[in-house]
Amino acid sequence: MSRTSPPRSLVEVGRGGPPLLCFPDPLPGEVARPLREAGYDVRCVAGPAAAVAAERAGRTGWLGAVVSAVEDLTGAIAFCRHLRRRDDPLSPLLLIVARHQLGELRLRDDLFDDFCAVPVHPGELAARMAHLLWRRGQMGDEAVVEHGPLMLNLETYQASIAGRALDLTYMEYQLLRFLATHPGKVFTRDTLLNRVWGYEYYGGARTVDVHVRRLRAKLGEEHAHLIETVRSVGYRLRQGVAPGPRGWTRASEETAPPAEAATEGAWGEPG
Amino acid sequence: MQDTRDYVLRTVEERGIRFVQLWFTDVLGTPKTFNITPAELENALDEGMTFDGSAIDGFSRVQESDVLARPDANTFQLIPWHGHGEPVARVFCDIFNLDQTPFEGCPRHVLRRVLARARSSGYTFFAAPEVEYFYFADLEVDPSRPPRPIDAGSYFDLTGADRSSDLRRRTVLTLEEMGIPVEHAQHEDAPGQHEIDLRYTDALTMADTVMTVRLVVKELARQEQIHASFMPKPLAGVQGSGMHTHLSLWEGERNAFSDPDDRYGLSEVAKHFIAGLLRHAREITAITNQWVNSYKRLVLGYEAPSHVGWARNNRSALVRVPVVKSGKPESTRIEYRAPDSACNPYLSFAVMLAAGLRGIEEGYDLGPEADANLYDLSPAELAARGVGSLPVSLNEAVDEMEQSKLVLETLGDHVFEWFLRNKRAEWSAYRAEVTPFERQRYLPVL
Repeated sequence: MSRTSPPRSLVEVGRGGPPLLCFPDPLPGEVARPLREAGYDVRCVAGPAAAVAAERAGRTGWLGAVVSAVEDLTGAIAFCRHLRRRDDPLSPLLLIVARHQLGELRLRDDLFDDFCAVPVHPGELAARMAHLLWRRGQMGDEAVVEHGPLMLNLETYQASIAGRALDLTYMEYQLLRFLATHPGKVFTRDTLLNRVWGYEYYGGARTVDVHVRRLRAKLGEEHAHLIETVRSVGYRLRQGVAPGPRGWTRASEETAPPAEAATEGAWGEPG
Repeated sequence: MQDTRDYVLRTVEERGIRFVQLWFTDVLGTPKTFNITPAELENALDEGMTFDGSAIDGFSRVQESDVLARPDANTFQLIPWHGHGEPVARVFCDIFNLDQTPFEGCPRHVLRRVLARARSSGYTFFAAPEVEYFYFADLEVDPSRPPRPIDAGSYFDLTGADRSSDLRRRTVLTLEEMGIPVEHAQHEDAPGQHEIDLRYTDALTMADTVMTVRLVVKELARQEQIHASFMPKPLAGVQGSGMHTHLSLWEGERNAFSDPDDRYGLSEVAKHFIAGLLRHAREITAITNQWVNSYKRLVLGYEAPSHVGWARNNRSALVRVPVVKSGKPESTRIEYRAPDSACNPYLSFAVMLAAGLRGIEEGYDLGPEADANLYDLSPAELAARGVGSLPVSLNEAVDEMEQSKLVLETLGDHVFEWFLRNKRAEWSAYRAEVTPFERQRYLPVL
């Protein structure tokens, strides 16, 4: 597997990629226009409920969010808070404020990744968004996600563990990708079902357990514990595994707890 | 499903896959495959591959013989046992008519149809079979004498047992590598007999999985010059190979079979489901036990069910309700013990589910638990308790099936009629045979 994939241009990210979640509806023209021109798929929503509905309709998730506080500061702050409090917090989040609102940013650093004050140069807006995405690791060379022995190339859909290629089915890959791009975060079965399978899937939360067990089988006994069962909550990708050097060795494994796949109940308890 | 398609095409390219095997199953559960090149795959995913179905058991029709195999991209998987050289992948197919309507003879469609009915009532159907089979010492089959079990085939039993256990272990590892979780695997009672218990999953995936397991078991054995067989009763005097199947229905997050307040831990839904299985058991046996030889397994004394009853810890019953550990109501399930390892898993899961669903829809009452060992009771005692017996021959089973509206509705006209015709022919051929049993028993004295 190649570690370096050709950097994607912004326009490519926009076309066919996930849409950019924007608030309010409509987004002020001076903000919306440069984003559209830069190739982003701008989707405006009026509030949290509309965002959830839009998300259920599509299956790809969001590229990031642009929230304008220029017209409705209270609504915008509430919307940012909603995005950050989700099981799967949305980022990057670019906040647009008027110059006289700059003071409102104090003590709210957790709600946004970067901000722009209007009036803004169209090029600056696009450049800030591009930089945020680059930092989030959504673009260019960062299409490779690494956690300890686990490596995923999001461009080529290939995954490997300790240098061994994993032969995954499509849904197994999607589940592993979702967990690996949110390491350490615990997800309920419902959230995983909604975010990975999409709402139209009928199999029920049991499906998640089945696929986790399949993934663990493919990771092998030695690495099965990378996907951790959090009792009565759900699953997470184990964090704190030292990022694997190229010639990864088993050294970091010695402190790991035993693979729990082996200790689960016969008919399978969901945890 | 654009994403799935792209995932498959990209993986084929990245992994340098030279051939993709398209897998499907005939009406009797025999695996069928043809290879295509990566260049053909894109077209196969978009439009399907046309082939002549007339050579496939149960696919032949009066007019049109061409059918379309359309890969189910969700089942795309690399095959690990082609370890050397270029990697090979497989993908299961659904069979369609040329006008893109589902082909009536395709077992996967039969199962999909019943699953859709369950889903419209809010249920997901999970299955977990225990697959039993034999390892025999000789790759070449000589039908004139009984096969030699691998363990007994050696003067040093320990060596033979080691060899077969080692083979089974490698088989389990290969299955896990393919994303098929194995709950448990062990040497079974008979010499050379092994069992692989699969972890539950939705019934369609499980039917595909059973097909894969049978192939992996056979292929890895063949590489060692060993013949693996799923024949229901290959040796007289020892146990046959069953495929006891654990079943459960789920409503979203909730196990619909579970009711912790009930004496047996069973919900009303579960009781109706069991009642449905028991009431229609005789009708569906031709499907779950489809060979002349299947009925040699269903005899008294070898832990196979022959009586139609249910019980908790009584392995002679047709339906067993395993006791659930306290605090684990989600693992509530029932075990249907009739099917053998040589059944068509798609059709078998379909008729089991259909029988259970009928029980729920019609609100069948569940009779009392069979508390005594049914094997020990005389026919009169069994009759007094209202315990029926399973068909004793393929002929009787086919007669039962022919009268069954439930089986006709479940399989559809095409499969139903073809199956009856095929099985009648099998019975006629068997009836015309004169067996060693008869010569041995009658020739000296008659």
